[in-house]
Amino acid sequence: MKLPAHAEPSERIWRWVYLTICSCIFMFLVIPVLIVIPLSFNAEPYFSFTHKMLALDPEGYSFRWYELLVKFGMAQPDAPFGIEWLADMWSNSTWFNAAKNSILVGVCSTILATILGTLAALGLVRDEMPYKRFVTAILLAPMIIPVVIIATGLFFFYSNPCGIVGFECGRLTSTFTGLVLAHTALGVPFVVITVKATLTGFDSSLARAAASLGASPIRTFFKVIMPLILPGIISGALFAFATSFDEVVTVLFVGGPQQITIPRQMWGGLREQVSPAILAAATLLILVSVALLATVEVLRRRSERLRGLRP
Amino acid sequence: MAALLEVTTADGRPLRVALDAARGRARLRAMALVAPLLIFIVITFVVPIGQVLFRSINNEGFAQTAPNLTAWFDANPTNVAPDETAYTALAADLELMRRNRTAGAAGTRINDVLPGSRSLFTSSARAAADFAAPFKDAVLAKDARWADPRVWHAMRTASNRYSLDYYIIAADRQRDADGRIVSVPPERRLYVGLFAKTLWQSAFITLLCLALAFPIAHLIATVRQSTANLLLILVLLPFWTSLLVRTSSWIVLLQGQGVVNNVLVAMGLIDTDHRLKLIYNNVGTIIVMTHVLLPFIVLPLYSVMRMINPAYVRAARSLGASSWTAFRRVYLPLTLPGVAAGSLLVFILAVGYYITPALVGGADGQLISNMIQYHLGASNWSLAAALAFILLAGVIVLYWIYDRLVGVDKLKLG
Repeated sequence: MKLPAHAEPSERIWRWVYLTICSCIFMFLVIPVLIVIPLSFNAEPYFSFTHKMLALDPEGYSFRWYELLVKFGMAQPDAPFGIEWLADMWSNSTWFNAAKNSILVGVCSTILATILGTLAALGLVRDEMPYKRFVTAILLAPMIIPVVIIATGLFFFYSNPCGIVGFECGRLTSTFTGLVLAHTALGVPFVVITVKATLTGFDSSLARAAASLGASPIRTFFKVIMPLILPGIISGALFAFATSFDEVVTVLFVGGPQQITIPRQMWGGLREQVSPAILAAATLLILVSVALLATVEVLRRRSERLRGLRP
Repeated sequence: MAALLEVTTADGRPLRVALDAARGRARLRAMALVAPLLIFIVITFVVPIGQVLFRSINNEGFAQTAPNLTAWFDANPTNVAPDETAYTALAADLELMRRNRTAGAAGTRINDVLPGSRSLFTSSARAAADFAAPFKDAVLAKDARWADPRVWHAMRTASNRYSLDYYIIAADRQRDADGRIVSVPPERRLYVGLFAKTLWQSAFITLLCLALAFPIAHLIATVRQSTANLLLILVLLPFWTSLLVRTSSWIVLLQGQGVVNNVLVAMGLIDTDHRLKLIYNNVGTIIVMTHVLLPFIVLPLYSVMRMINPAYVRAARSLGASSWTAFRRVYLPLTLPGVAAGSLLVFILAVGYYITPALVGGADGQLISNMIQYHLGASNWSLAAALAFILLAGVIVLYWIYDRLVGVDKLKLG
């Protein structure tokens, strides 16, 4: 947006002031995310730039915190690299185990959330669906209701999940199942929203055309509807995965020592003594989020092109 | 006449009936698609929240540990002063507590509403085997505090299956000797102030977010599409970055030996002995929460501003309005839907925030969510549940307003 040639000097000055303010706000948004990347390569155990780092001296930088990240918790971190070392890392490295847990819980809850959420979105966009507004509000509530309240409820519910129907069965506290169910509930609203948004631009005459040519509803779904709304489904799934991958409150409330995920591990680190190893973990997580963000953006554009919203 | 006009389908059924049947089937199909998720959400979300409500009002524990007293309370109305039969029941229950080792649990329940009375139960239960008739004198000889009518009021409400005791505590109230609900002494008032602080601070953070989001949303909405996409990435990057990553970055930036303080010292703005305390206090909570919640208001503002036709402002200018007047009278009112949607969303999210205050809030930056977690961790489950339910009720009202105003499924996710 350029100013017209007849702009007054005061307007030109204001324009510069405005752009400066905006740059500051953008810096406020981005710098806190990016600052950890160079600091994670710090050769010293400090949280600030050393003189060597500022002078771009290679000696000021090192991979030691990444090494610590891998080796922390291992039985023999300094043993020669080989099968045994890898086995040691696979089963003992604290952060590696946290990553395994995070991925396991994330993938399971994402699959569950994507299937349930996509089906529900398909139903919710139909005109015949009764109580649409109320049902939508219920299904999307886990996104808005504070996680602390949900986690408190799960804390009570998981201690005796069959209690509501009047008999005793095992508890879900400190189990993977419990955590996966909780993360599914927290991630499913994102799937519903993105798939619903994709479906609102969907031309329903395509489905009718398939039906008139003799395709069964299931065949119509997989051959016609699904390919067109797939970008929306994948975006929703990525949102759900990101939600689970970043979730710490339910892990704190209903998870046990066997369910330490990456955010839980970071939480522990931040509560006790902040070590630069946390910054190394943070840097890796930033790479994950950049990859997720890029995928979702690409998918969004592809979806808009597919639906003819954009040339 | 009617029969003549009745349109039928090919197989002879009246069209109206066939159509109704088809509509009914379509309705069932739509419901069947939604049903699995609805059932799942009811089980993993609605039921647990129902349990929060149940825990906050349920206190069957005391009735089980003190059955004789409960029977006496049931038989005698509120205004009856405890007589010999009441003390007989009390002595029997204390003896029961001694044998079942439940005096601690019962004492804790009464202690919640009447601080300092836990020891009354535990010490009296230890001596319960020696009590002999007349029980009133025996019990009072052991501990004169049993004559306090407040103890009896507390035990009476606790013996009900359901009571609002924990809501009374959450409102910083207690029952006096006559059973009336009065404020607790100022030094013990905790929760009302904390709720007020949570609301006040969330409102402040919302205003801060709005002030920061407005200029950049306007910039993104008015530049070329390719530049706008680039700038949007800058907003979405923190949005997608793990909350714990962002919190750790802020700890690194703001702590005493952190980047911000070091830069300020290097610039000579502050003395190295007077580094600013920017984290582990309320300031830290406000800064980090503003950063975390900012994208949630930029996105709805941007999507509203993008739709505002620039010709409106140009028209206002050509009719003689100054740029400020054109902005204030034409542009600003058009952005109000975005302002309302974004602010409300940020406020709702801020009210229930837990992670950031817990990590960077220190002692004075804690919010109501942290108090809920604290009581849950300390096994004061009923109080945690009552506080959680009050917070929930507030959020549901805000959620309802948000749904009416914006439509929750219109939420912008980038």
